[in-house]
Amino acid sequence: MEILIALWDALPLVVQIVLQIVAIMGPVLILVAYYTYAERKIIGHMQVRMGPNRVGFFGFRLMGLGQPIADAVKLMFKEIIIPSGANKFLFLSAPVLAIATALAAWAVFPFDAGLVLADINAGLLYILALTSLGVYGVIIAGWASNSKYALLGAMRSAAQIVAYEIAMGFALVGVLIASGSLDLGAIVEAQSGGLIHWFWLPLLPLFLIYFISGVAETNRAPFDVAEGESEIVAGFHVEYSGMTFAVFFMAEYANMILIAALTALMFLGGWLSPFQGTALESWFAWVPGIIWLLAKTFFFMFCFLWFRATFPRYRYDQIMRLGWKVFIPITIVWIVVVALMKVYEAPIWFS
Amino acid sequence: MSFEKFLFYVFAGILVWSAMMVITRKNPVHSVLFLVLAFFNSAGLWMLAEAEFLAIALVLVYVGAVMVLFLFVVMMLDINLAELRAGFVKSAPVAILVALLMGVQMVLVVGADRFGLSSMPAPEPKSADYSNTEELGLALFTQHLYAFEIAAVILLVGIIAAISLTMRRRPDNKYQDPGKQVVVKAKDRLRIVKMEAESTQ
Repeated sequence: MEILIALWDALPLVVQIVLQIVAIMGPVLILVAYYTYAERKIIGHMQVRMGPNRVGFFGFRLMGLGQPIADAVKLMFKEIIIPSGANKFLFLSAPVLAIATALAAWAVFPFDAGLVLADINAGLLYILALTSLGVYGVIIAGWASNSKYALLGAMRSAAQIVAYEIAMGFALVGVLIASGSLDLGAIVEAQSGGLIHWFWLPLLPLFLIYFISGVAETNRAPFDVAEGESEIVAGFHVEYSGMTFAVFFMAEYANMILIAALTALMFLGGWLSPFQGTALESWFAWVPGIIWLLAKTFFFMFCFLWFRATFPRYRYDQIMRLGWKVFIPITIVWIVVVALMKVYEAPIWFS
Repeated sequence: MSFEKFLFYVFAGILVWSAMMVITRKNPVHSVLFLVLAFFNSAGLWMLAEAEFLAIALVLVYVGAVMVLFLFVVMMLDINLAELRAGFVKSAPVAILVALLMGVQMVLVVGADRFGLSSMPAPEPKSADYSNTEELGLALFTQHLYAFEIAAVILLVGIIAAISLTMRRRPDNKYQDPGKQVVVKAKDRLRIVKMEAESTQ
């Protein structure tokens, strides 16, 4: 062990950082691959189907566990078709933009106390800025495709994301009033003290709005009008094939994982144990914090799939109404409530 | 040359280049995208000047929201390029003159003898626990409170003016009131009628 630590310290800083990035990106990308498998399997079972169950390894089916790998190989070997009249540079850079913002946000994400790649004291702001850039991938894809369906999808997506981003930003303002910090680690520490101290309770409306806006932000059902396959075929990525489409797909799932993880971090106490402050605390003391974080994240990731299997797609004007006329006013009111609770040191949470 | 200086020249070079592209591209969508690049690089410059909060806020507000709306509008515009470029040669001399004048004025005002390193030395590097955000918040809400509030009111007036200027009342449009839709009951809408069979076969 000590040899390993000495070896690690001997590495140049650049190599250390690259290795740390690989240690985060590897699991995230594997999670993205198996999230697609989980989606097909879970929605399959919700609809009383089997889901993918053929592709396995070495002749064993293993409930179709090889499916994501097979899909990836298939997409990699497909031809990338560039539509005539499309702007080639923008057409190819759009998926890169989409995935780059989805992955770069992980740089400031704390997985456990002190376990973070870049410990900056404006982590929340950084994440907010990066997630607001994801829309460029969609808009540029829609425009550069030189296709009406794609442009319509991009327009819908732009309007929707701008609307919900405001609600999302206001929800985060509530979080930062409550925690008094922009540092993601400090936000988690501010929630310590057990289940009722987590921010989901004092910030209940903001918690729900943040997660629902997150679903809208990632263009997932029931807010997936940007793809709307029944109206505009596949929306902004209708002209994309092969690996370019796969990168969009990966960006969408990486964003869903990010939103789920952020919700767990900011409203459900991140890596804190749910048994803190109860008799069970010492029983579960051996569980590492990252396990709790993963459990909470997986719950929200499951919710994304659950929503998709449950709700019909919103109509476009209903999406706009919900975003502008319902969510934004509620968040503004609740920010005032949180500020008052903070100033008058409301019992349990802010005393 | 230190690494920071190198970074400064990289950011500044790309910034000036992309700003040039904004006004020289024929396609307005390309112009907007170059403007996005320009904002990014100025955010990088602010980051080098240790204004982290402002740098991230620039990306968040301008790149993340304002430019998205710009793109949204520009993509739907139908611009006739020939018409736009019609008077180019005729007005070029005036334009060059104005540009030169502005350039000279800018050099006079922000030139080396006023904003050079001797009159504006680099600030002391702050310690790691120094919070940019907190300092800005304190300054905004104490020293500059009135200016801040007035700016907020002006923005509010701007929003109301923009909405009232562009709002068209169209009474013949059919609107849905979601509140009414929610409270509706089956018996208000559906009437089950018992009818005699008309003919027997």
